[in-house]
Order: sequence, then C-alpha cells, then structure tokens
Amino acid sequence: MLKKIIIQIFTLNFVLVTSAQSGESGGMPQLNPEFWVSQIVWLVLTFGILYIVLSKLILPKISNNLESRKSQILENIETAETQREDSEKKLKEFEKIILESKLEARNYFNEARQKILEDINNKRVALEKDIDDEISAVEQEVNNLKITSSEKIKKIAIETSSELIKQLIGEEANSSSISAIVEEQSRKSKEKQHGI
Amino acid sequence: MAANPMYQFNVYRIGPEIKLGEIDISFTNASLFMVISSLAVLIIFNLGAKKKSLIPDKIQLLAELSYSFVSKMISDTAGSKAKPYFSFIFSLFMFVLFCNMFGMIPYSFTVTSHIIVTFTLAIFIFIAVTIIGFIKHGLGYLKLFVPSGVPIILLPLIVVIEIISYLSRPVSLSVRLFANMMAGHTMMKVFGGFVISLGIIGGWLPLSFSVALTGLEILVAFLQAYVFAILTCIYLNDALNLHH
Repeated sequence: MLKKIIIQIFTLNFVLVTSAQSGESGGMPQLNPEFWVSQIVWLVLTFGILYIVLSKLILPKISNNLESRKSQILENIETAETQREDSEKKLKEFEKIILESKLEARNYFNEARQKILEDINNKRVALEKDIDDEISAVEQEVNNLKITSSEKIKKIAIETSSELIKQLIGEEANSSSISAIVEEQSRKSKEKQHGI
Repeated sequence: MAANPMYQFNVYRIGPEIKLGEIDISFTNASLFMVISSLAVLIIFNLGAKKKSLIPDKIQLLAELSYSFVSKMISDTAGSKAKPYFSFIFSLFMFVLFCNMFGMIPYSFTVTSHIIVTFTLAIFIFIAVTIIGFIKHGLGYLKLFVPSGVPIILLPLIVVIEIISYLSRPVSLSVRLFANMMAGHTMMKVFGGFVISLGIIGGWLPLSFSVALTGLEILVAFLQAYVFAILTCIYLNDALNLHH
C-alpha cells in the first residue's frame, strides 16, 4: 500500500517535470509520460505474479530437488562406504580361513607323517628284534652244537681209541689217560687249525 | 520514422484503451513484453522444477544451476540472513535478465530500456530495504550514515555525503540499467542505419560492427541483470548486517 502511494508520488513528480517537453515528437520516448502509469501497473502485475508463482510453487520444488539429490548422493556414498567395509571384513575373514586351513593341512600332514614314521620305526624295531632273536637262537644252537659235537667227538675218539688199544694190545687202557691224550691231540689240532 | 534510432523505444497501445478512472492502464507493447518475459521465466522454471530425476536433463540443469547461481550470489554478498529474500532476488534477476534478452530479438521491445520501469523496481527495492533496515535495527539503522573511525571534525560532511549517496541509490540503480540498455540498442540501430545508407560497398564495416555489438549487447544484457541483482543484495546486506 505504502509502496504504491510512494510510487504514485514519484511518477506524478516526473509527469509534472517532463510533461512540458513531451509535446515534441523528437527526444526520448522514455520521457513521454503518456504510458508511464500503464507501464507501472503492468510491471507490478507481471512482476508480482512472477514473484508469487516462483516463490510459492516453483522455487520450493527446485530447492527440494536439489536437497533430495544431495541427500541421495550422501546416502549412496554412505551405503558404498558400508559395503566397502563389509567386503573388506569378508576379505579378512576369507584370508583368515585360508590361513587356518593351511595350518590345519600342515598339521594333518605332520601328524600323518609322524604316525607313519612311528609305524615304520615300530615295525623296524620289531623286525630287528625278531631278527636278533632268531640270530641269537641260531647262535645258541650253533654253540650248543659246537660244544656237544666236540664232546661227542672226544667221547667217540676216546671210545674208538680205547677200542683200538684193546684190540691192538688186548689190554684195557686207562680211560682217563686216553681222554687226556685225546684232549691234548684235539688241542693240538685246534692249534694247528688256528695257528696259520 | 523508422530511421530514427529512438523509434524502437516508442510505447504504443495494443488493443483497446483501458481506463481506470482518470488513469490510462492500456495494454501496450511494453506490457506485452513484460508478460512474455514473465511467462518465459515461469514456463522454463516450471519445466525445470517438474522433473525430479537424480541426473538432471538440460532444462532441469538450467533451472538448478540458475537456482544455485543466485543462491550463491546472495549468500556471498548478503550472508545467510538474506535467505528469506531469495525468492524476490531470484525473480528480480530473472525478470530483468529475460526482459533484457527478449529485447535483443530484432523488432522486439526492451522493457528495461524505459526509465520508469527500472525506476519503479529500484524505488521499490530502496523503500523495502530501508523498511527492513529500520525493522531490524530500529533507529540504530541511522548509524549507517555515521562511519566509524572518522574524525569528529569531518563527521558532519561525511554524514551528509553518506545520506546523499544513500538517497541516490535508486537513481543510480535505475539509470545504470536503463542507460545501458538504451545506449546499446540505440547504437545498434545507428549502425544498422549505416549499413543501409552506405550500401553494398561501404556497408560491410558497420555490418561487422553490428554483429560484434550484438555479442556485446548480449553480454551487457546479462551483466546488467547481474549487477542489478547484486546491488540489490548489497543494499540488503547493509540493511541486514549493519557494518559501519
């Protein structure tokens, strides 16, 4: 209201000042006040409508659009960030799993190796023991045989020599002296055998 | 008559004479171009605001870039307190810009080349800014005329100068826009006239001048709309944030 009154005062002043020169056809048409009021009225009308429609209808929409785009972009960035974190976490888990499974595999392998080695060892020990036993048994037998065979040989030698002496001489020989001779002979033959 | 470079600024009635009491408010060519400019602004920005796609198309981008351009201009010059006046400054900038640009079409009419139109806008801005200043700061707004750090002896002189400069704001604001538009269009008309009068042999020089001037005038059309809007922001800044 106040605005309009002031505008009218101003325009009236201009009308008064310039109405004197407006008669001539030259000069500036801008200073011809014939359509000043019309221009002001139409300016207020068009600019007023423009302002009202822009401020009430159009600018809020544009501002909303800009705002929603901004928030959408922020949201997208946020989701991207969380997804990245998720994937990183998953990657770490995956690596951990791989590491664990590698360790496990190594353990299994080691265990299996240990087991097999132990098995082999056990079997070898048992086998060696068996072989030793058998060897010692055979040695025992051989020893026994050695002892018994030399005794037997001595006995046979004593017996045959006593028989020989009996047949040759016809006289019973002292078995003890014969045995002493046999012993000496056998010792000598033994010495001969080993004396090389 | 058409050779007169001022002829293009003539206002004439379109359609019947409309009278409101004693006052003639007939629809003129000036009114026509005001309506066209406003409608163009409304149509373009309505189209730009309608779509809500995340990736804007051309017209939406135009609307949104204009929005952020004006928004940034206001926040840079007048701060965050000027936000409620965004719609007004946006409308003002777009109205002046479209009026200037429509004036660049040959045989059209340049609304802003009339002092009465620019002066109406400027005086409205002046009065509104003064009222806002007094509402925000009360009588403290008068401190605007008393700059701090001035020797007391100089103070009466400075206050008078400040008051004169404050009161001349609407005049300088309106005359700047009006004179720029009028001078540019007159000059183009004069050079256009030279093309005809010098004929096919000598007419090429003014023709090339005319082409160059058209480019310059489009720049001026944008620049003056920008200056008009930014000066409004600066005046608003004075009213909102009292610096002196």
